[in-house]
Amino acid sequence: MSVHTLEIDGRMVTALEGETILAAAEDAGIFIPKLCAVEGLSAPGACRLCMVEIAGQNKLRAACLTRAAEGMVVRTETSALREQRKLLVELLLAEGNHVCSVCVVNGYCELQSLAAALDVDHVRFTPRYPARTIDLSHERFGLDHNRCILCTRCVRACDEIEGAHTLDVAGRGRTARIITDLAEPWGHSESCTGCGKCVRTCPTGALFLKNKPAAEMKKDSGFIRQIIAARREKIWI
Amino acid sequence: MIPASGNEDERLKALDAVMAGHHYSGHALIEVLHAAQKEWGYLTSGLMRHIARKLRLPPSRVLGVATFYHLFRFTSPAPHEAVVCMGTACYVQGAANLLDSARRACARNGWAVTTGRCVGSCGLAPVAVCDGAAMSRATPAALSAEMERKYDAANPGPRARG
Repeated sequence: MSVHTLEIDGRMVTALEGETILAAAEDAGIFIPKLCAVEGLSAPGACRLCMVEIAGQNKLRAACLTRAAEGMVVRTETSALREQRKLLVELLLAEGNHVCSVCVVNGYCELQSLAAALDVDHVRFTPRYPARTIDLSHERFGLDHNRCILCTRCVRACDEIEGAHTLDVAGRGRTARIITDLAEPWGHSESCTGCGKCVRTCPTGALFLKNKPAAEMKKDSGFIRQIIAARREKIWI
Repeated sequence: MIPASGNEDERLKALDAVMAGHHYSGHALIEVLHAAQKEWGYLTSGLMRHIARKLRLPPSRVLGVATFYHLFRFTSPAPHEAVVCMGTACYVQGAANLLDSARRACARNGWAVTTGRCVGSCGLAPVAVCDGAAMSRATPAALSAEMERKYDAANPGPRARG
């Protein structure tokens, strides 16, 4: 298997053939912000937070979708990129109803930590305050559409890892929302296996375990990597 | 127009024939949804569940695709449908007035009035489409009259004024 050498933020990094810039950077311990990409799941390139600059290309590229190539010179932290990321996070915050103080994942939320890391201390846009619902019909899980950023991590975990495909996105634009089966209450879903992978991959408090008070839910999508390694290579990491 | 309601089994058989024609391929989902809407007038949960099972797709995918496109309906359509083109040319020629008067007229005669983007006949602006028949250089009066005429044709006998 061929190996490429490229430069990311001034460091020489190696990447396997076909590996993305994001994966190569993470292997080298270089942090690139992201909300939709999860190691082990397909990458929709939806959140645009992992955009990077590549020397010789006048367009920004999503690191989760762009393959590392020999001799590439990549910059992941420039003032322009920072401004763009800040803008994206502000737009996400203005789009839904994100009230950290009453959220189950307060302190462990990926959107919140990203906002903090980017110094988002206020939102320049008028919040939309959309009228969204909460589905508490499932025995163990809840789905709060107010906190959903439509990253589709749950949809992909449900489809690609669990194989149930209970979740999907319905509607488009500002009416887009996560649905279970034919938009029935989650608790009535025939296809849901109740595995909880969606809850664990959700970057925000949109999917949560019931009966957890505010600020008591920690999540980690690293388990997807473990499942994939076990399935493909029969190794348990 | 709502299609004449035939025997439910017959209609399902017709839908199954469409799916068989596509070898029950999941890629034919949009085609099959079109066929179902043509037959029933709109898509119900039961229909989508049936389609999902036959095409071996997850129900959430079927609803996701159906709700993505504006042309799929999930509630029973009105007996008649008028589309007022709101494309730039039609808008400049007064499509907004057309829409206003059509909305006023529709309240009493069973029409659903919707707007559309350019129908591709800008030279004939403003354009309205009544039950599939296009009207060129439409005026509010002509459009209301046409809607009345089509209503009367479909509802013979003494007119019940609301």
